This record gives sequence, C-alpha cells and structure tokens, in this order.
Amino acid sequence: MKRDILYGVMAEFKTPTELVEAARATEHAGYKKFDAYSPFPIEELSDAVGFHKNGVPLVVLIAGIIGCLSGYALQYWISVIAYPINVGGRPMHSWPSFVVVTFEVTILFAGVSAVLGMLALNGLPMPYHPVFNVPRFALASKDRFFLIIFYSDPKFDLASTTKFLQAMGPRSISEVPG
Amino acid sequence: MSEPNKGESGLVQAPVIEPGHTFATVTDQISSIVLTRPVSNGWVFGFGLSFLLTMGMLYSIGYLFIKGVGIWGVNIPVGWGFAIVNFVWWIGIGHAGTLISAILLLLRQSWRNSINRFAEAMTLFAVSCAGLFPILHLGRPWLAYWLFPIPNTMQYWPQFRSPLVWDVFAVSTYATISALFWFIGLIPDLATLRDRTDNRGLKIVYGMLAMGWRGSARHWARYETAYLLLAGLATPLVLSVHTVVSFDFAVGIVPGWHTTIFPPYFVAGAIYSGFAMVLMLAIPIRKFYGLEDFITERHLENSAMVMLATGLIVGYGYVIEAFMNWYAGDPNEGFVLWNRLHGPYALSYYALLFCNLVLPQVLWIRKFRVKPFWLFLISLDILVGMWLERFVIVVVSLHRDFLTSSWGMYYPTRWDWMTYIGTIGLFLSLMFLFVRILPMISIFEMRTLLPEAEVKSE
Repeated sequence: MKRDILYGVMAEFKTPTELVEAARATEHAGYKKFDAYSPFPIEELSDAVGFHKNGVPLVVLIAGIIGCLSGYALQYWISVIAYPINVGGRPMHSWPSFVVVTFEVTILFAGVSAVLGMLALNGLPMPYHPVFNVPRFALASKDRFFLIIFYSDPKFDLASTTKFLQAMGPRSISEVPG
Repeated sequence: MSEPNKGESGLVQAPVIEPGHTFATVTDQISSIVLTRPVSNGWVFGFGLSFLLTMGMLYSIGYLFIKGVGIWGVNIPVGWGFAIVNFVWWIGIGHAGTLISAILLLLRQSWRNSINRFAEAMTLFAVSCAGLFPILHLGRPWLAYWLFPIPNTMQYWPQFRSPLVWDVFAVSTYATISALFWFIGLIPDLATLRDRTDNRGLKIVYGMLAMGWRGSARHWARYETAYLLLAGLATPLVLSVHTVVSFDFAVGIVPGWHTTIFPPYFVAGAIYSGFAMVLMLAIPIRKFYGLEDFITERHLENSAMVMLATGLIVGYGYVIEAFMNWYAGDPNEGFVLWNRLHGPYALSYYALLFCNLVLPQVLWIRKFRVKPFWLFLISLDILVGMWLERFVIVVVSLHRDFLTSSWGMYYPTRWDWMTYIGTIGLFLSLMFLFVRILPMISIFEMRTLLPEAEVKSE
C-alpha cells in the first residue's frame, strides 16, 4: 500500500496569519483532509480547517446530568431506604440537606468528563504519530506553524500538492512518511 | 530594586509582558528554568529547610498515631483547636489559585496568564495540607474512609444531613477538579518540554505526560472548550467550597458561629489570604528566577487591589457580626462580642483587627501596591491576620460554653505547633520541587499575549 510510504505533505510557516491564510486557501482549493498545527490556540484556525462539530459540550452536559441524578439518588437511597436515621423527627427525605452533595457530584462528573471527553475525542494519549517523524515539527510547540495535507485526501497528488503548498511561500516543505 | 514606572501617574498601567519578547524568547526563558538552569545553593538551602520541617510534621503525626489526640491541646469545651484553624486557613489560601485560573479566565483578564500556573500549584499544595488536618483530628484516622459512601460489611452509610459530610464532598471534589484543571493546563507545555529537552530520559517522561500532544487545530478547539467549561464549573465550585466550610460552623448553634454572614465573609476571607500567599510566592520567584518581564508591576498591583477589595468585604463581615451580636438581643450572642473584646483571648481579636483591617489600608497608596518589599510584608501580615481570624472563630467561640461550669481554656502544645509549621514546610517543599520540575508560567498562554500572536485579517 502507498499509505505505508507517505502520510502527507507538510508546510512550515512563520506567523499565525500565514497559517490561517494557507488553511483557508487549502479548503478553497477543494482539499478535504488536512490539518494545521500551532504552538497556541488560534480561534480562526479551527474554522479554517473546517472543524465545526465540537462534541465536548454535549459530553459534559450528559455527564453533569448523570452526576446530578446519581448524587441525589445516592443520598435518597442511603437516607430513606438503606440506612434511615430519625434525627429530631425530621422527614427521612429531607431534600434541602441533599442539595450541597448533589451539586458537588454534578461538578465532579462534569469536570472529569470534560477532561476525559476532550482527550478521548482528540484520540489522546497517542505517543506515536507520523507527524513527529519530521524533525522540524519539534518547533510546532515553540514558534512555528505547520499545515499538512493528508495522503488520504482524494485530491492528493504528491507533485501537484507540493506545488500548491510551495505557492503559499512556506519556510520549508517536507514529506511526512507514514 | 529598580522600578521602571516610578513617578508615573497612577493611570499608566505597567504592561503584562515587557516589550521585545517573541514566541521563541518566551518559550526559551520559561523552559530553560526547568531544563538547563543549574541547581543553585539558595534552592538547595530553601528546599532543605522546608524538607526538614516536613520531617518534623511526619514525626509529630507519627507520635499522634501512637498516642492519640491527647497530645494536642484540645479538650472539652474546645474540641476544635489548631487542626480546624489550620484546615480553614489552608483551604482558604487555595481559593486564590482557582479564582485566578477560572474566574479571571471567564472575565477575560488576560494578565492572569503569567500567574495562573503557579497559583494553581499553590491551590493543590494548600489543599493537600488542608486535607491532612480533619483526618488527623478524627482521633481514629485509619477509619477516615467511613466518610465516603463505600459499601461495607457493617452496612453503615454516611449521614447526609451533616455539614461535615458535605465538607468531605466539597473538599474532595475541589481537590480533584483543581488537579485536573492544573494538569490539562500543563499538557501543551509538557509537549514543549518534550520537544526541547536533549535528555532522553526526560523526553520520555515529559512525552508520556504530554500524551502525544501535537497542537492540531482540531485538538486546540476541543481543548479550549474543555478548558473553558472546566473554568465555568470551577467557578461555582470554588465559591461553594468555602461556603460549605462556613456551614461547618454556621449550621451549629454555638454563639459566634450561628450566623448567616458566614458564607460570603468566609469566601472573601479565603480570597484575601489566598492572594496574600500568591504575592508571597510571586515576589521571591520573579526576583530569583529573573521573571520580572512576565510577572510585572501590573500583576503585583492588580493582586494588591484584589486584596484591598476582599479585605474590605471581610471588614464588613466583622462589623455585621458585631452588630448581630447586639441586635439579636440574645445574652449568649451579646456575650460573644464582650468576650472577644475583654475575655482572656482579647489580644488575638485586637491583633486580628489590626492585621486584617487597619494595616492593609496602606494599599490605598500606590507605592505600597507596586514595591515588592512592602507588598511582601503586607501579605505576610494578612496571612497572620487571617490565621488569627480562624483562631478567634474556632477557639474563642468554643472556650466559653453556655454554662459557666463548662468554661475552659485552650493552650496549644508543642505538637500543635510542630504539625502546623510542618505543613508550611510540606507546602514549601512541594513549591520548591514544582518550580524546578514543571514550567511555573504557562508558556502557551503567554504566547497568546504577544502582539505577533494576532491573526491579521486582510
């Protein structure tokens, strides 16, 4: 398979503006499978690479609701069914006392799911990734900005894609082995 | 120490980062502290001293496990001595870290970017110190797991109508969320360290911790959402934690505790002492590690203003407390105020008023807000004052019971002091290790503050 030989073609840029423009141009040119790498979050970039379906909020919402219900259910089950203690004749189901723990468990579930959900949707942890084969990619966590067009893109053609990236004036271009 | 903005009008604000920095210089300067800077004698001395104090803490805890809480000064009527005073003090200090990292993020106060990382570390370490005390105070600390709803052969379950159980949930949730928030903030910077170190072993360690972070645009988008949501969740959480701590007191009927002003007044006091601790850490760190470019006068001044504002809220709390003692018309409530002013512990009440209300008013003068030396001393004063506040609330309220026959006194023993000072040692040891092992300023968030980070639209 050719996939084993090549993962994509990567271009290196010096400023965030160049990267965002390059990403927009790539989408405009009809490429579907490409990605951009930057040393810090760039608001415009996710839009430029065509990323619109962010699943994190839904994960957090669902986990928060589950946390809220299970926190309350736990207290109800313990205080009313499993271990009822009559304190000064107060009702067993004394819901105002249950508010604090319900709230804390909601936050706990939602917070943990925000972290785990983000990691899972990002496919992390992933110690090995083909882009790390490019020596200059180490600068992606410092001061350089990278754009990659994947081999799996239907429009990918080594010669023409390299030429397309070259036209945007990158600092360097490298083939990423798969 | 030379101050560049000396003599300028009060309206001119110092920059968040000194001009002239680029992505590369910010990255190099912060990561070099971890990767290339040699260990200095000052660090070895500071860490050694803190570690010695930590050993003192372990010794006193070991003795406590052998002998029991009788080695402390606690007895009836003062069953809550230093352990609870220190618990509330430490957990309050932790609150500033979450305020800086979460609330200021939501309020788009970008100056926070250079102090949030070590403030969050401070939160974690302070909460660790705080968490020790209630467990040690249990008397039978090996049964601490009874506080959690774990199925067991005794078919026993916790009592959810008790504020003490709420506190277990609040503090453990707070510790978990703070650790997660700190860790996901670290991931991109761990990737930076992974890519920048030449040491193979360190590369593997930082690489494992960074989990293969590569800065993809899609990853950043989800990351930013998760970070923002965590901040949104941590904001009500941090306010709830000290509220729940204040419920430990306010839900009881002890005069001096049973008051509705406690939750807001505890939260303000927590942030007050927390910012004092942030400054006491930031001032030496920026000096010894040459980080004046990143932790500028602006940070010192803003923190000082937060202290001034929260200090005034705390002052309002004192006034309302005293007013309610009188207005309630209850002789026991009225006696609380009289006892604070004239009782055997009157000195601690006057000292607390001086430390928390009188002296910090010098922060109205700009000179005291920007001169690191003075700010350091004022912060120390506030930390002492806030510790005294918890002492007055816990000990002075308890030592005069409803019946004169049950009155008593509380005298801390050497073990009380050793445990307390030992936790300060533990806190400082962890801080010393942190500044050498992890980037103490968030590198990727500093990059976003640079002018070149802006995407110019054409």
